[in-house]
Amino acid sequence: MFVNQFLFLAAVLFCIGVYGVVARKNAVLMLMSIELILNSVNINLLTFALRNGSPDGHTFALYIIAVAAAEVGVGLGLVLLVYRNKKTISLDDLSEMRG
Amino acid sequence: MNIFSGETEVLAPLATGWFLENAWLIPVIPAIAFALIILIGKRLPMKGSELGVLSMFGSLVLSAGAGYQWIQRTNSATEEQFVAPVIKSWNWWQSGGFEFGIGQHIDGLSVLVLFVVAFISTLVQVYSLEYLRGDRRYTHFFAALTLFSGGMLAMVLADNTILFLLGWEIMGLCSFMLIGHWWEEDANSRAALKAFFTVRTGDMGLLVGISMLYFAANDWTQENLGLSGFSIRGISAWALSGEPNSTVIMIAAIALFIACIGKSGQFPLHTWLPDAMAGPTPVSSLLHSSTMVVAGVFLVARLYPVFYVGLDIPGGGGNLIVIIGGITIVISAALAFVQNDIKRVLAYSTVSQLGYMMLGLGAGAWLPAVFHIFTHAFFKACLFLGAGSISHSASHHSFDMKKDMGGLRKVMPITFVTWIVSTLALCGVFPFSGFFSKDEIIDNVGYNGYNTFMIIGLVGAFMTAAYMTRATYLTFFGEPRGASAGHADHGDAHASHDAHDNHDSHDNHDAHSASTPHESGLLITVPLMILAVLAMSSGFLNATPFGESWERMKLWVEPRPAEVIEETHSGGPGESLIINLPSSEEGAAKTVCGSAQPESGVCYAPKLKHAPFKWSKAMISMVIVFLGIAISWILSMLLFTKRDPRLVGLTQRVKVLGFGHKLLVNKYYLDDFYEKVIVRTVAYPISRAAYWFNQNILDGILHSFANNTRKISEWVYKNVDQRVVDGTVNNSATFTKSVGTAAQPSQSGKVSQYGALLFSAAAVAALVLVIINT
Repeated sequence: MFVNQFLFLAAVLFCIGVYGVVARKNAVLMLMSIELILNSVNINLLTFALRNGSPDGHTFALYIIAVAAAEVGVGLGLVLLVYRNKKTISLDDLSEMRG
Repeated sequence: MNIFSGETEVLAPLATGWFLENAWLIPVIPAIAFALIILIGKRLPMKGSELGVLSMFGSLVLSAGAGYQWIQRTNSATEEQFVAPVIKSWNWWQSGGFEFGIGQHIDGLSVLVLFVVAFISTLVQVYSLEYLRGDRRYTHFFAALTLFSGGMLAMVLADNTILFLLGWEIMGLCSFMLIGHWWEEDANSRAALKAFFTVRTGDMGLLVGISMLYFAANDWTQENLGLSGFSIRGISAWALSGEPNSTVIMIAAIALFIACIGKSGQFPLHTWLPDAMAGPTPVSSLLHSSTMVVAGVFLVARLYPVFYVGLDIPGGGGNLIVIIGGITIVISAALAFVQNDIKRVLAYSTVSQLGYMMLGLGAGAWLPAVFHIFTHAFFKACLFLGAGSISHSASHHSFDMKKDMGGLRKVMPITFVTWIVSTLALCGVFPFSGFFSKDEIIDNVGYNGYNTFMIIGLVGAFMTAAYMTRATYLTFFGEPRGASAGHADHGDAHASHDAHDNHDSHDNHDAHSASTPHESGLLITVPLMILAVLAMSSGFLNATPFGESWERMKLWVEPRPAEVIEETHSGGPGESLIINLPSSEEGAAKTVCGSAQPESGVCYAPKLKHAPFKWSKAMISMVIVFLGIAISWILSMLLFTKRDPRLVGLTQRVKVLGFGHKLLVNKYYLDDFYEKVIVRTVAYPISRAAYWFNQNILDGILHSFANNTRKISEWVYKNVDQRVVDGTVNNSATFTKSVGTAAQPSQSGKVSQYGALLFSAAAVAALVLVIINT
């Protein structure tokens, strides 16, 4: 099995995700980037699970998929509320938390 | 435990039933009733007394049902078959590897005592409805009475020693509350305290005994029976298994017996019992004739194997129990001769009868002793309630036989007849119940090789007959005196007998204080009549003189000691027993079970001998009793009615007699000994030393400590508090403020920036991990 290729794919996806989170201004796109990160982690877990022949990794991947679904639900709900109040979903305009 | 020899035999399952399986409800009912009486009793139409009576009646029905089904169970077994007790156990609490169970252990003994306790309690509660009418603490009286019965019932059916201890202590507490019911009188609260502390002295022995038995027996019982070392069944089997170290079991038996001495009023801790007559008469009747004081006897009967092995009962000759029992019989009977208070006569008579029970148990006469508990409960309760009836209706709440009684047989015919029946039962006259139990005890004591104590028993029988005749004569015959003559000065009677008087119902009495003595009401006489009938007839349940077929108690109550291996067949109701019959090989060593003990078998009760009944022996004791009655009657008549000059003032004229009389009146100076010698020598020096220590050492330490503390604290305030602490706090605040100002720009409020920070931190952490791991 080409373990390296799987890990490489995961690393690339992770980097794309991090780039998306840091650089994108659109909240929905940021959520999508987070999904990318989570899935790259999933690939990592599955890769090592297959290599070691243990079911732990599969279990964790299932957990992560379930948690990610919930997280997207909450995240999109937040975005919707932000849009209703501000008529925009640009993250640059949301700086009320500035200290 | 699954080893069966060729001789095993599968027997039909023993009969069981709802009442046996659910006997644990019997003490639960009074416990719930107690809580209800305390909570809502005062708002009920009868002030809570109806709850007490009803709950006791419920317990009586349940225990009668259990008794009936137990009889069926014993009948369903074959002659030699071991009748397994109905045991149920739940885990109560658990602590550090110790498991404390709660449950029921129903066998012949517990069924018998349950019935007696529930029966007497019901009658006493009915009687109290009338006797305490209008009392200030009517509701609380019934609450305590109900809880007391609940405690006794719980103790009787306890399946382990911890629950036993619980019931035992509940009774101790309730007896304190009930004896001190009229605590406004100093004497009453003193009597309550005395009863409580004296019994507590003995209770130390119970704690020690239970702990010793647990640590000694637990390993064996866990391994062989899967029971804890608190289980009564386990302890019994362990004691008879031949395993226990003889010293350990002897000390445990002695410790337990000390508890029995305290509770059952045996010499030398009997002094609390007569004083406890300060309580209301129904209390005396319940606590000090048939239930509480029987608890000690019951403990010996319940854990009989421990005493049997520990004190070498089959050995004969003499052991701790028979010696204490024998001494108690004689000294308390002698004390009963010099009492003027009718209840005190009965109290000493109770002590003496308890001595008989202990004597019987100690000499291996288990069944007669247990049977004596049964018969004694009826006639002694009847006597106490009769005394109460007299004081309630005839003698203005006085209990003094010499001053306020006499000639009452005409005005109180029902009380008189019931009294006479019970007195004859107590003396052990032939067809009455006391004969069948007491005579059996005396007979078996001699048969088991305790000849000296048989003679003591006979002497006790003579004395019993004599002092009861004296009391009967003073109360019912001769000329009416004082209050019973109907011309007593009411206030005077109160003043001179305040120790026993019902003071808080003055108003109530004034209503009929002018009336002449009369018979009591139905609520009082009906219990008396029921008890008198039982005092007359209950002996026939084990009438040994009439042959084997009359010995019902032996069949129902005595444990059959055959060895068993118990196998419960899963699925079926009830349980089948597979019995490993004792091998009857010649030359096989006999154990206490009465046969060679099979390797896998367990024995729960010792095999006891029974003396064959002989009329010749019974005649001897009958003659002695009649002599006692006759001599006492003649002397009483001469002394109290004819005022014979040869007898009046005899104790003043003859020095030896005077000395004896003085000794008895002062109760052998035991109370003085306890209070003046023991308390003074032990407690006074301790308290003096404690006071000196307190004043000189503790106070000195405290004062210097306080001064130093003040100086130190002043210094600390100036230097530490003001300079170091405050300085640190101020500096840290300044520092935090400057750091906050410096870090402010990083809080941009931009999500992307936070994300970037998060990921770079994660990247740094990952890098660190990689470096560490390589």
